[in-house]
Amino acid sequence: MLRQLRAALGVGVVTEPPAPASEIEALGVTLRGEIARLFGRSLHIRQVDAGSCNGCEIEISGLTGPHYDLERFGLHFVASPRHADCLLVTGPVTRNMAEALRRTWEATPDPKLVIAVGDCSRDGGIFAGSYAIAGGVADVIPVDAVILGCPPSPKALLAGLLDAMGRLRQ
Amino acid sequence: MIHDLLIAAAQALAIAALAPLVVGFTRRLKARLVGRRGPSPWQPYADLRKLFAKEVVVSENASWVFRATPYVLFAVMLVAAAVVPVLVARPAPAFAGNLILVMYLFLLGTFFLALAGLDTASAFGGMGSSREVAISALAEPTVILSVFALALRSGTIDLGGIVERLGAEPRLAANPAHLLAFGAFFIVMLAETGRLPVDNPATHLELTMIHEAMVLEYSGRYLALVEWASAMKLTLFMTLLANLFLPWGLPGGLTVAAMAGGLVALVVKLAALALLLALVETSVAKLRLFRVPELLAGSFALALLSVAAVFLVR
Repeated sequence: MLRQLRAALGVGVVTEPPAPASEIEALGVTLRGEIARLFGRSLHIRQVDAGSCNGCEIEISGLTGPHYDLERFGLHFVASPRHADCLLVTGPVTRNMAEALRRTWEATPDPKLVIAVGDCSRDGGIFAGSYAIAGGVADVIPVDAVILGCPPSPKALLAGLLDAMGRLRQ
Repeated sequence: MIHDLLIAAAQALAIAALAPLVVGFTRRLKARLVGRRGPSPWQPYADLRKLFAKEVVVSENASWVFRATPYVLFAVMLVAAAVVPVLVARPAPAFAGNLILVMYLFLLGTFFLALAGLDTASAFGGMGSSREVAISALAEPTVILSVFALALRSGTIDLGGIVERLGAEPRLAANPAHLLAFGAFFIVMLAETGRLPVDNPATHLELTMIHEAMVLEYSGRYLALVEWASAMKLTLFMTLLANLFLPWGLPGGLTVAAMAGGLVALVVKLAALALLLALVETSVAKLRLFRVPELLAGSFALALLSVAAVFLVR
């Protein structure tokens, strides 16, 4: 226990420093401003895997780690759609997940935001045309923004969230 | 009489206002200990404000229990804050400071939350309720017993009396049995307020949840009240720990200046306890559910030894 604590204190903060040159920091700070305007400095995200290969999930979980540390911008991943302001949907929507995705959307209280993540979520990507696929996310629930990439990097995810905020404000 | 009510109101207000900061500060410390920068300590206030403005989604199968529970929980915490020593040693109402009353106020909240978890018939809610009830049944005797150790030493069961007696005679507190009771109370605090190693307040994995599993179905202002009430419960347990075991800085007099002094002392003690909580939570892993009774049995044994020591070490 003591060794662990010594290691924790010895290593120090590995989150990107607040230098103005850091792109992540700039993106995050702008994003925080947008969230403040729309949701009052707090955005709770529910991630929904609608049939993804988990590539996007790995990038998304990178956001919560010490390097990107998304929580410092007031974003937080939650365990239930009832707690969420934003659904982050990954993957092409498989036939088996279409109904579940629709119900998740219904369970999320207004005002809410849906962001589709990854190339597959737009039109099915490389899985398009398969008998197992119901289509892109927009074929099942209304989508506010799409973050492209296969998979999108954490930086692209932050930029995409920012873009979605801007679009919602208009 | 008016004076008494004002003091009770000031105490309830202080706990309600400080609770989100205690949670936010603990989160910030924990983030720092794992090398992150972490959210601002004021983040929980922003979360609460946003939740109060949001729509409420309620399952069509939910009954009045589900809707009433957030209000019951919040009311219970306000009453508890009014009657325990927070800003002054002896708050007003005649029944104030009765340990049994405070303990069962907390249990009333737990009871309603467990019912609400069952109410919507979601699988995770029921699982959370059954775990919560099992853990509070095991933690309850330890809370009572560890405070009894203090009560025996100071000759009164009244919480205000204990604080006054121990504050006046520090010799009574300089005793190994005092430390044992502190350990026992600290462990039940972790269990009762859903902290590691009993429950993980940051988990997203439904199968490991206890408190979170019961509130998965809440949204909007209901969720805000439930979250606020559980932050107040943590703050109240920390306040009890601070004021019963380190009863210094609590004013005997009932002037505004004395109460402001009491508030400063409380904030300092809460910050120290939040640091201790963050250190413990960063350095232990969550216990397997079937190991939790062993931990609680351990804390019960500490409390029992502490009570026995009152008769052995005079």
